[in-house]
Amino acid sequence: MGQHARLQGPRLRSLPELRIPRYAWLLGMTTLCALCLITAAAAQDIASFEKRITLKKLNNGLTVLICERPEAPVFSFYTHVDAGSVQDPLDKTGLAHMFEHMAFKGTDTIGSKDYPAEKASLEKVEQAYAAYLRERDKPIDRDETKIKQLETAWQDAVKQANQYVIPNQFTEIIERNGGEDLNASTNYDETNYFYSLPANRFELWAYLESSRFMHPVMREFYKERNVVIEERRMRTDSNPIGRLLEQFTTAAFQASEYHRPTIGWMSDLNSFSATDAENFFNEYYIPSNMVLTVVGDVKAGEAMPIIEKYFGRIPSHEKPDERITNEPPQNSERRVVLQEMAQPLYLEGYHRPDYLSPDDAVYDGIADLMSEGRTSRLYRALVRDKKIASDAAGFTGLPGNKYAHLFAFYAFCMPGHKPDEMATAIHEEIDKLKTQDISDDELKMIKTRAKANLIRSLGSNSGLAFELGINQARYDDWRELFRQVDRIDKISKADIRRVANKTFTASNRTVGIIETAAPPSAQPSKGGE
Amino acid sequence: MSRLTIVASLLMLPMTLSSGAPAQATDWQQVSIPPLPAFHPKEPKRIEFPNGMIVFLQEDHELPLIDGIARIRGGSRSEPGDKAGMLDMYGEVWRTGGTKTQTGDELDDYLEVRAAKVETGASADSTTISWSCLKSDFDDVFKVFAELLREPEFRADKLDLAQREMYDAISRRNDDVSEIAQRESAKLAYGKDNPYTRQPEYATVAAVSREDLLNWHHAHVYPNSIILGVVGDFDSAAMEAKLREAFGQWTKGPVFKAPEIKLEPGKPGYYLIPKSDVNQSNIRMVDLGIRKDNPDYFAAQVFNEAFGGGFSSRLFRNIRSALGLAYAVGGGIGSAFDHQGIERIAMGTKSQSTVEAIQALDKQIDDLKTNPISEDEIKRAKDSILNSFVFNFDSPEKVLRERMAYEFYGYPADFLERFRTGIERVQPADVQRVVTKYLHKDQLRVLVVGNTSEFDKPLTDLGPVTNVDISIPPPPGEKSAPAGSQSQ
Repeated sequence: MGQHARLQGPRLRSLPELRIPRYAWLLGMTTLCALCLITAAAAQDIASFEKRITLKKLNNGLTVLICERPEAPVFSFYTHVDAGSVQDPLDKTGLAHMFEHMAFKGTDTIGSKDYPAEKASLEKVEQAYAAYLRERDKPIDRDETKIKQLETAWQDAVKQANQYVIPNQFTEIIERNGGEDLNASTNYDETNYFYSLPANRFELWAYLESSRFMHPVMREFYKERNVVIEERRMRTDSNPIGRLLEQFTTAAFQASEYHRPTIGWMSDLNSFSATDAENFFNEYYIPSNMVLTVVGDVKAGEAMPIIEKYFGRIPSHEKPDERITNEPPQNSERRVVLQEMAQPLYLEGYHRPDYLSPDDAVYDGIADLMSEGRTSRLYRALVRDKKIASDAAGFTGLPGNKYAHLFAFYAFCMPGHKPDEMATAIHEEIDKLKTQDISDDELKMIKTRAKANLIRSLGSNSGLAFELGINQARYDDWRELFRQVDRIDKISKADIRRVANKTFTASNRTVGIIETAAPPSAQPSKGGE
Repeated sequence: MSRLTIVASLLMLPMTLSSGAPAQATDWQQVSIPPLPAFHPKEPKRIEFPNGMIVFLQEDHELPLIDGIARIRGGSRSEPGDKAGMLDMYGEVWRTGGTKTQTGDELDDYLEVRAAKVETGASADSTTISWSCLKSDFDDVFKVFAELLREPEFRADKLDLAQREMYDAISRRNDDVSEIAQRESAKLAYGKDNPYTRQPEYATVAAVSREDLLNWHHAHVYPNSIILGVVGDFDSAAMEAKLREAFGQWTKGPVFKAPEIKLEPGKPGYYLIPKSDVNQSNIRMVDLGIRKDNPDYFAAQVFNEAFGGGFSSRLFRNIRSALGLAYAVGGGIGSAFDHQGIERIAMGTKSQSTVEAIQALDKQIDDLKTNPISEDEIKRAKDSILNSFVFNFDSPEKVLRERMAYEFYGYPADFLERFRTGIERVQPADVQRVVTKYLHKDQLRVLVVGNTSEFDKPLTDLGPVTNVDISIPPPPGEKSAPAGSQSQ
């Protein structure tokens, strides 16, 4: 169970998981637990957190949230930037994620031996790259010799600029100071930056984190672009499920910006420039578009002035327009079938409204009912009883949830069983949702688990920073973290039938299938010829 | 007195100390770093019952939850080779097969309505049974835990389901390249049919019966083989009384003997697994690593951090940042508590730079001789390990987890503190000694999983290449493996 991770929309992290987790907890108790005794939990929790949370909007528009949790002399932070791959310019997919990588490359004061000289040579790199691109991308009359010359000139300019670089100095400072879980992630909806430090490094952190959003430098851009291209090869091109998800999402969304992959199309990755990344930064990385959350052994009275001192420096301008194209209603089923050298898999998705929909909690309830644990309907029907799938679930938020998105179902076929059988079995379960009320026990389970999940999410600095930060960013109020439970508590059996009938229709459906390809004609390989 | 008394010593490597800058710092080196406040993480209470069961109690009153886990000696490295996969199934059916009084399905309903969990599992050296529940549900959930621990039923229908799931996993095991690379490189480091690396096959899974699972349980689950840890919102005296009542009268069993396992690495050289549906090569270089009680362990940790550990490491800096050859690259001398870990360097690179990337990694290894890890690199690595040391025990649960691991493997209870001292003492000569002793380019088994038709040069340019067959043996009585399971 619980293979959601295999299918969740791609959330890109800039770093590989190289470090062996220091001490892997050896259990299977991943999911959360608690009881439904705590009906008034949300209200109580809000009251207890009110005492520990300080919220302030700085003059430049930056929202700062500090939550005191003095369990140990450490703190975690989470910087939320309200710009994701949906904001990528039309022919520059992958740019939001590319900038996220660049935010680790240092600033004017970190990572350079001589910034004025470096700045001048980085400008030359951009000129040379633009000249190369103009010739390379000419539709007619392309001069191959000239392309080669221009490419060499660009590469020479890159070499010139590199002589001023102190490699990886920004991250080195963090690591030397005990930085833990240093990383960032980009998805369709937003970009996230996070790590943890010992509490005595608070001011150093404020300096570093504010600097990278005040004056990031696009040094070593084109090498980092190659790193990102390798990331695309790893996550998408060389992975059957990655290939399916890209094709599936592209098919399901035709108007909405959700149809473009966060990692970016290969031709865009081979074209966009450091100037493009800098422009993206200038447009979207402004204080009014960011929420900064700090949780741990900090005192708001001391920490807030430090944050104001450093982050108050970031200049501001008007919040960018983040409207996107609305996906029009889908009026016929779409199908994507991939022939792969891999075992079969079935996936289907239905359009639903964004996270602000009054029915958001109902969708969460349906996902829980269909997928959570061994009592879930899909596990019991497809895995336990019919024995046709090794894993089956339904989840919401594909590929994001800030805009109208998909509620999806999937099943991994057991050997000898076909994707069509998965479809039939999943549709039987969907029909039950539409035509019969769920049981009292099921409704109780959904509500109990929502409360339990909330309690579990409060037990770590990093988890809490993320939950408070994302709620503050999305609803302009961190208390929504607790109110979500109240909303789930209000859902009724009739709500579930109504939403199922409205959403899960054939014409609103996109199907993605992996079928096992016939083996290629055997070509014995001789040592990698 | 706490063994993990961590005082302000975490400050040992301030980048610079300047008194609280009144004006804005314009240079990161001017930012002040005050001393870290003294911190004494709470140690769990250790209790040994007369029957040999070890209990750790760790109170944590932040949230109204109580979690527990029992770790029991004996795991898949002790299972018979012709029943490979038996412990995986044991770890599942233990829970899904239910107790004498309730089926697994009934347990599911009983627990889920409380949003509680009781779960079981197995690893190479142990099995585990754990629970997690709201404090107010403790008695209800603990009852299930105790009954499942002592009287599981391993019902046949759930073994059947577990076997089907194993067949599914076997059929899918060659779908993902990095999974193939990880699995096959471990075989090259430990040996192909080694208890750590042998894999379940259709035949070995089919050979497992309900009787096998019951026998395993009766042969291994005794109080003197169990370490139980409980963390959460409870009173230790009351919890101790409950645990004594539940387990105090349980009769001792035979003393578990860990199997003697010989590690037999494959021949050094180049190994190839062709995969035609990818555009990136997965490269792994492996050799045997070390045990954590090896005196070289601390120097090896410093080396790992400097060579392949993080953003500042040589591999990251040179292979990723400077050459742009990889997204994922890293590695080091791996370690384990009671057997040698795997020394492994790993990277993924586009098919067209496969040989170039291997040569680049080779160069990094050669460089260690001519351009040894410098004093500055060592200082940086030590800073990083020591300044982040506090994250090893920044929650009561982590402290408990550590102590349970040391107890299980017979390590000193203050191993973490010794670790810190050990790292502090590492000198450049120690790191160089470790490099010379454990990292030999000509001893590495270099595995490439990739699309040979796109390689920059044939792998044979580097030396003789052995092709590794990963095709999946068909189920007994069938001529060929299920469609799609070919290795090409």
